[in-house]
Amino acid sequence: MQEAKNLNAYKGEVDKALSNSFLRTAMDNFAVAYRTGRANAFAGMDVETLIAEIADAKDAAIARMDDLFEQFKSKAEAAGIQVHLAATAEEANRIIADIAKENDAKKVVKAKSMTAEETLLNHHLEAEGLEVTETDLGEWIIQLRHEGPTHMVMPAIHLSRHQVADLFTDVTGQKQDAEIERLVKVARRELRQKYVEADMGVSGANFAIAESGTIGLTTNEGNARLVTTLPRIHVALVGLEKLTPTLHDALRVLRALPRNATGQQITSYVTWITGPNECRSAPENKKVMHIVFLDNGRRALAKDPVFSEVLRCVRCGACANVCPVYRMVGGHQYGHIYIGAIGLILTYFFHGREKARNIVQNCINCEACKAICAAGIDLPGIIKKVHGRIQDEEGHPATSALLGMVLRNRTLFHSLLKAGRAAQKPVTDDTRYIRHLPQIFARDHGFRALPAIADKAFRDRWESLRRPVENPKHRVALFAGCVQDFVYPEHLEAAVDLMADHGAAVDFPMKQSCCGLPVKMMGEKEAERAVAVQNLTAIDPNKYDHIVTLCASCASHLKNAYVDLLGDDPQWEEKVRAFADKVTPFSVLVNDVLGVEADEFKDYKIKATFHAPCHLCRGVKVTEQPKELIRKAGYEFIPADEEQTCCGFGGTYSAKFPHISAEILARKLDDFEKTGADVIITECPGCVMQLRGGMEKRGGRVRVKHLAEVLGEERVKT
Amino acid sequence: MSGLEALYDTFTQKAELVSAVVSRVDSPEAAFRYAVDVCDRKDACQLLVSGCAEPLSPNADGLCEAKAAQKVMAAPGLPADQLPALKALCDEKGIALIEDGLLDHLAGIDIGFTVVDFGIAETGSLVLDSSSEAVRLATMISEIHIALLPMSKIFETAYDLEDALQDFMASVPNYTAFITGASRTADIERVLALGVHGPLELHILLWEDI
Ligand code: SF4
Ligand code: SF4
Repeated sequence: MQEAKNLNAYKGEVDKALSNSFLRTAMDNFAVAYRTGRANAFAGMDVETLIAEIADAKDAAIARMDDLFEQFKSKAEAAGIQVHLAATAEEANRIIADIAKENDAKKVVKAKSMTAEETLLNHHLEAEGLEVTETDLGEWIIQLRHEGPTHMVMPAIHLSRHQVADLFTDVTGQKQDAEIERLVKVARRELRQKYVEADMGVSGANFAIAESGTIGLTTNEGNARLVTTLPRIHVALVGLEKLTPTLHDALRVLRALPRNATGQQITSYVTWITGPNECRSAPENKKVMHIVFLDNGRRALAKDPVFSEVLRCVRCGACANVCPVYRMVGGHQYGHIYIGAIGLILTYFFHGREKARNIVQNCINCEACKAICAAGIDLPGIIKKVHGRIQDEEGHPATSALLGMVLRNRTLFHSLLKAGRAAQKPVTDDTRYIRHLPQIFARDHGFRALPAIADKAFRDRWESLRRPVENPKHRVALFAGCVQDFVYPEHLEAAVDLMADHGAAVDFPMKQSCCGLPVKMMGEKEAERAVAVQNLTAIDPNKYDHIVTLCASCASHLKNAYVDLLGDDPQWEEKVRAFADKVTPFSVLVNDVLGVEADEFKDYKIKATFHAPCHLCRGVKVTEQPKELIRKAGYEFIPADEEQTCCGFGGTYSAKFPHISAEILARKLDDFEKTGADVIITECPGCVMQLRGGMEKRGGRVRVKHLAEVLGEERVKT
Repeated sequence: MSGLEALYDTFTQKAELVSAVVSRVDSPEAAFRYAVDVCDRKDACQLLVSGCAEPLSPNADGLCEAKAAQKVMAAPGLPADQLPALKALCDEKGIALIEDGLLDHLAGIDIGFTVVDFGIAETGSLVLDSSSEAVRLATMISEIHIALLPMSKIFETAYDLEDALQDFMASVPNYTAFITGASRTADIERVLALGVHGPLELHILLWEDI
């Protein structure tokens, strides 16, 4: 449960998590195992269509939330269930405590429910004098430790068997061995006793089916079955977003939820409850059953045009499973109660700005979560929007506002970059790296060597580099992006030559600026939009067949974010769509459009591996072209296990959270070194900067190159 | 392989993937013999598997003590004309057969025997209308759940059962369970352990009823 008062305190807690070696190993193993498990579970299925269908059905249900509630309520009441609607978490807790009081209940058993975690129900019931026992093993463990969950599906993933054995020793008053099988049996017996004694069972629900007034629950342990069967009272606490029109909708989600959560085809138990069932320990042999629906901001959220899609979430937890930052810091640092990408967002809506302010900044924007979300939610996009909204509410921090201001003025921005070159002289020793970091940066940023700003930016050399092409086959506008323009102009030079040799007339529209991603990362929405307009004005899509960039982050931002920013603005709509259509990553142009073939290259069979930039493989869904080109260029290609895992750069992210960035990088470099490759090739200058700087710093022998450099070097010029 | 055989095959494979034990029987009587046999042979490890041999708190230990000395099989919901056959087999082995009164056995029973309504091949799941509390408990507090599944009731996916499920849900109150494999957890260090709350084993008997 993240509750740090300010960003510095938060970073301090993050550092503690980073040095927890059990957590780190557990998280690494999980991250790797999850990928394979998920892939196997979905084998042979059309996942994309399934997710799109879930998203559509959820959107339709969210839009009818109030109707569905009324429909559910009348069905359920006809069946004999008492249905409540709680406006706030406090109200929900109060209703449940009252039910306990009215029915003279003293002991409560609970099946895992994130909604009950959201309302802090246990605390409330305990304060009312009730004894509450969580029955899901992981939940019971963290309850006994007085902690919040660190994962929505595996709440105790941060703990070792030894910690559990110590805990169970305390609970039973008997010495326990750290053997998992036996600890599970101990829990079985201890908790069985609790079910027997309990008067009231509290569960959540994964589904609330309006057409029949049925709730659906998924569990592996079977604890929800006992919780809803043995005690004489059953109360289900259900978020309004769980309302769904038909059984079919629920069955559809069920196809994705367990597979996405844990790589299971289905959970061991799925329970469908309609009405109060037979219960021999209850008066008249009939269960006393209540369903408490929780609003707590959901009804307002459902009407929000920008944010309503977060209510699609089916709580599979997968957005944490694949998140490189979660993997480093664990759930207590990556959410308040809800965890992972969705946790960063829901914290703001359910628990308020105070709790969300720090964590929402800790997203590297790798899009791994978006790519696997069972409900197709644009998680990183929404995280940035929440960040922006918090800054609008609280005032923008000086650095962020300053960057926004500078970026809006292209000439100022570019002259500042050039001034930076003069200022760095004393620290570069005239090498390509900044050798001595100024003292204020050195402590945190020493994990990688930072490159120096080039002597002469690409834009200042353009006039001498441009190549006239007679009867061009392709008209190409080159979008440089800041890093290549000012740090790695040689990537662009190599690319210009290659393109010109294949009949492309390359133009470099001089008024282009930064793509705008850095200001998006800082939550500066206005500046982001202003920069987009500058680039749209600088580059007329009608004059070119392709707008090519060598930077994956620029490609993804130009192609996706621009449409998001300006697609609804009548003034820009048409142009921005034409623009986005023409944005082409370098490897796609070279491989698919220019048709570059192997016979143009030397054939040295040097061993090479590939780093797939986040914004290439997920952002614009390009995965094969760069690898084909690596092979065509005469290399022996060796895939890395974690080819598509983020390198930890994330632009301004690595400056804000350098320790996390360093840890992510260290793992990536280990993974690459394991391949035995001599060179790591990638297609994004940010990744080059991070990986090359890290390799230089650790004195590794593996070189890091941009694909354009490689193709330039290996070409046999005729 | 015929279409149906392929369906049974998928069912079997998927169920076995989640550690269910799947066998075929040609009659309910064969299923009874199977169940009584499993119950009879279950002895040695009984206490160990259920956790009663572990060091427990006095309360939890007390519940273990409450366990019947005799072995118990529950077969709620079995058609009245079939009950005598099972009863005779149980008597032979000294097993107590109960259809009801499961609340007196919350410490645990040895075998829960049920005839299930449907099978879902895609996931190896059983579908069981558990509206009767006794049926519910038999599949929850038994250490081994033995389910008899008529093969004519196996379908490809849950979608194929939509109408039947809607019928269940329309006859209020209703408690319908999908059961896939034994009760499991991976909550400690992500290591899989079976039988955390429910049955430690699930046996599925495919009854060749067609
Ligand atoms: S975009 Fe990447 S870093 Fe951000 S929440 Fe998603 S997975 Fe985590
Ligand atoms: S946001 Fe998506 S991936 Fe994350 S828990 Fe919700 S449905 Fe799963």
